Amino acid sequence: MNIAIVLALGLGTYAIRFAGPQLRNRITVPPRVQMLLSMAATALLLALVAVNAFVPGGKFGGWALLGGVTVGALAAWRKVPFVLVVILAAGTTAVLRLIGVA
Amino acid sequence: MVRSIWRTLDPTVVRNVSPIALTAFVTGASFGAIAVAAHIPVALVCAMSLLIFAGGSQFMVVGIVAAGGSLLAAVFAGLLLNARHLPFGLAIGDVLGRRLATRIIGSHILIDESVAFAMAQGDRRKAKAAYWTCGLALFLTWNTGTLLGALIGQVIGDPSRFGMDAAFPAAMFALILPALKERKTLTVALLGAAIAVATTPFLPPGIPVVLAALGVVAALPTRQKVAA
Repeated sequence: MNIAIVLALGLGTYAIRFAGPQLRNRITVPPRVQMLLSMAATALLLALVAVNAFVPGGKFGGWALLGGVTVGALAAWRKVPFVLVVILAAGTTAVLRLIGVA
Repeated sequence: MVRSIWRTLDPTVVRNVSPIALTAFVTGASFGAIAVAAHIPVALVCAMSLLIFAGGSQFMVVGIVAAGGSLLAAVFAGLLLNARHLPFGLAIGDVLGRRLATRIIGSHILIDESVAFAMAQGDRRKAKAAYWTCGLALFLTWNTGTLLGALIGQVIGDPSRFGMDAAFPAAMFALILPALKERKTLTVALLGAAIAVATTPFLPPGIPVVLAALGVVAALPTRQKVAA
């Protein structure tokens, strides 16, 4: 591990991050494409949720994780305040693991 | 610019960013501890959090290096994992503002959380404030967490003990829930998430999430429906 690796990944990641907004400001995006882009971004975010809840690290993440995320999602759906959603999700998973649920 | 953000700062945003910032602090501390345990010098561990600022890819690189994998492979894998930031930037680009200086700084805090917070806001002004508040707060807590974890090391232990791995997906879900109320968006997002989960066992990490963008085919009618 050395600074060159950190710089390579850091600069590469920054280039990816910088390119999106830069492209967006260069071209005029028609409203319909804008709507599709926003839908695609929501799809990416839901995909992040699903992958991190079901298959983090490429395989099933266990019932404790899934249980916690489910409780959090249900709480969000019942319009529980955001702070509580996060606490309920983490708390449920922590308790499930404490009592031995994998 | 910055002052106008603080003036429009919504107390709700601050309240909602707080638990996510705290999660980033704890996860950052565990990253610091794990990286130091993998014999990476403290200064280099801190440089990773400052310069890369993408948790998933940082954990991944340390994991590959600790397992004796090649450094180039680690960089490549990390970049694949971060590829999703390109479509995110395309979707929320105007939130960063038109001035080059703000876009140069703003690009570095383009992370999953700041994007989700920005997209959860009703109008552009609020989206801007939410983006910067979330991005800067998490930059601060992720880096202080990393430094603390790297210094006190093993004491922290596994962050999954505190259920931190459940906090991220639950918070993301809460943020995108209002957008999912729109039927077409829901169909697109469900298809995209299904594609991502189904392809995860077969593709390198990061790519399945980017493939979720293919979900937009659900919003592309080949032919206008005849008015019913």
